[in-house]
Amino acid sequence: MSAPAVAVRDLRVRLAGVPILTGVDLSVAAGEWVTVIGPNGAGKSTLLRAVGGLLPTEGAVSLFGTPIQQLRRRDRARVVATVAQSPVVPAGMSVLDYVLLGRTPYIAPLGRESTADLAAAHDVLDRLDLTGFHARELATLSGGERQRVFLARAFAQGATLLLLDEPTSALDIGHQQDVLELVDQLRRAHGLTVVATMHDLSIAGEYADRMVLLADGQVAAVGTSREVLTTELLARHYRATVKVIDGEHGPLVVPVRPTSAPGRMLEIRAG
Amino acid sequence: MRQVVTQRPSGPPEGRPAAARPAGLRPGWLVAGLAAVLAALVAGVSLGPVSLPPGSVAVELLNLLPGVGLDSGLTEREIAIITELRLPRAVLGLLVGGLLALAGGAYQGVFRNPLADPYLLGVAAGAGFAVTVVITAGGVGGAITGLPVTIPLAAFVGAIGAVTLTYLLGSAGGRSRSPATLILAGVAVSAFLSAGQTYLLQRNSDSIQQVYAWLLGRLATAGWHDVWLVLPYFLLTAVVVLLHRRELDVLSVGDDEATSLGLHPQRSRYLLIAAASLGTAAAVSASGLIGFVGIIVPHAVRLLAGASYRVILPLSMLFGGAFLALTDVVARTAAAPEEIPIGVVTALLGGPFFVLVLRSARRVLG
Repeated sequence: MSAPAVAVRDLRVRLAGVPILTGVDLSVAAGEWVTVIGPNGAGKSTLLRAVGGLLPTEGAVSLFGTPIQQLRRRDRARVVATVAQSPVVPAGMSVLDYVLLGRTPYIAPLGRESTADLAAAHDVLDRLDLTGFHARELATLSGGERQRVFLARAFAQGATLLLLDEPTSALDIGHQQDVLELVDQLRRAHGLTVVATMHDLSIAGEYADRMVLLADGQVAAVGTSREVLTTELLARHYRATVKVIDGEHGPLVVPVRPTSAPGRMLEIRAG
Repeated sequence: MRQVVTQRPSGPPEGRPAAARPAGLRPGWLVAGLAAVLAALVAGVSLGPVSLPPGSVAVELLNLLPGVGLDSGLTEREIAIITELRLPRAVLGLLVGGLLALAGGAYQGVFRNPLADPYLLGVAAGAGFAVTVVITAGGVGGAITGLPVTIPLAAFVGAIGAVTLTYLLGSAGGRSRSPATLILAGVAVSAFLSAGQTYLLQRNSDSIQQVYAWLLGRLATAGWHDVWLVLPYFLLTAVVVLLHRRELDVLSVGDDEATSLGLHPQRSRYLLIAAASLGTAAAVSASGLIGFVGIIVPHAVRLLAGASYRVILPLSMLFGGAFLALTDVVARTAAAPEEIPIGVVTALLGGPFFVLVLRSARRVLG
């Protein structure tokens, strides 16, 4: 049996002295899509950054059977690619140059891109339907186009593990579907493993093989979308009133107005 | 593990437009930069109280190359003016201007801050304070009586000391240190040293003119000695910074993403800061505090030639050098026989020049 793509044991992270993750265990099989959900401040982004090796951590994180500390940065960058929630858009940088940044782990330190790197970047642009965009300045693209370029840079890394932090947060519903379908197609075509964080629970459930509900820095529930997206769990951890409807690809979560929710209602004082 | 991206055996499709190439220094811009350097060199050597024909000057410059022996038609005295007075001064202008613009461009990339200039981390304040100490302590002709401390040496030591202090203060926060804390530390160190300098000047008002003459910058006393002193630092800074030009492009996406792409942002940042600061300290020790070049030249290059540091850094070095060498010509000829401090001229000429560049770039880029 092959090693899991991600194996996290008793992961603890403190940021500025504040405990964010307090003993997380997680295993993601190669080729699986796992979506991490949870209320604001639950530690979703921190978990992704820890798995990507971007934070000092306690506990154990292994990628494809190798402890992350044993991977050199360049080797790690060939295994795992991260797309941040709001990536920095460098002023004046073209789409091609941005995608070529993804080839950095393959370029010798202080070196420059080879023809093979350029070919790889064009290959990714073609696959993501961005061929005509190569010369466009990244800052001039729409939100949906930009998100595709962020993904293109991650794909250009040639990594088999993709960490996507809120990949659809800035997109309208149509572009959300476009981006997630694209990720799913590429995942299936190339055997990628995807770990994503998302706030839209219904759409998260549609694409994920498994979901992890994170609350207060710990795993509160893990399982299929039908096991995790339940009225009871969402009420307990999100303090939300929702209806869960059985959909074709997974449960659909519909927020409903609470009839009464003591302690949660805003007090609006007249005058 | 399977890779998403495989190398395409056939390479990119034929007939891709020119813009499908990655950012890099285009030959046209490289030629323009080298031409600017050459033009500045010829102008710097031709123009002055004794007017020399540019053609003859160009021939005499060619004669400096090994194996070349052309007749320029100039007298021995005129040749001496070229080789011993004007040429070292023009070359020093090229080196100092190139260093300041290169360091400014590197700082702007390292700190992801378009307002960064080579004096951001306290180089100017450190050099200014140290020079003031030397002059007010009784320095005659640039040397403290009884001590082998010259003004250039004091400026160099002061500049390096201030940057070191900034680094130590900025790193005191351990893991919380960031480019922002380093900039704040630079502000604190600069304020502290400037206050010390002001106090010393207030106590020694007879030294004010001498100190300010240095603060405003000059290439007036330049000789080959200054050139040989600055040259090793120029080469070291240029090699380190230019080798890191692609890394600066990667750093522009932020530390987290640069790390996820396999870089060590902190290590690259401090190496670049060290190289740029060392070069700036050498420039300051040779020419005093010359403002404007380090911030405006990289911006002008960015507007005209592109935003990649692979373009900005080499072109800033070339155009920064040419700009300062030409500015020096104006500084010593505009009010001849008096010389205008070069720092004043860089600002007077550089301001309108930058507005012109800004307008041209807007017209070109729409």
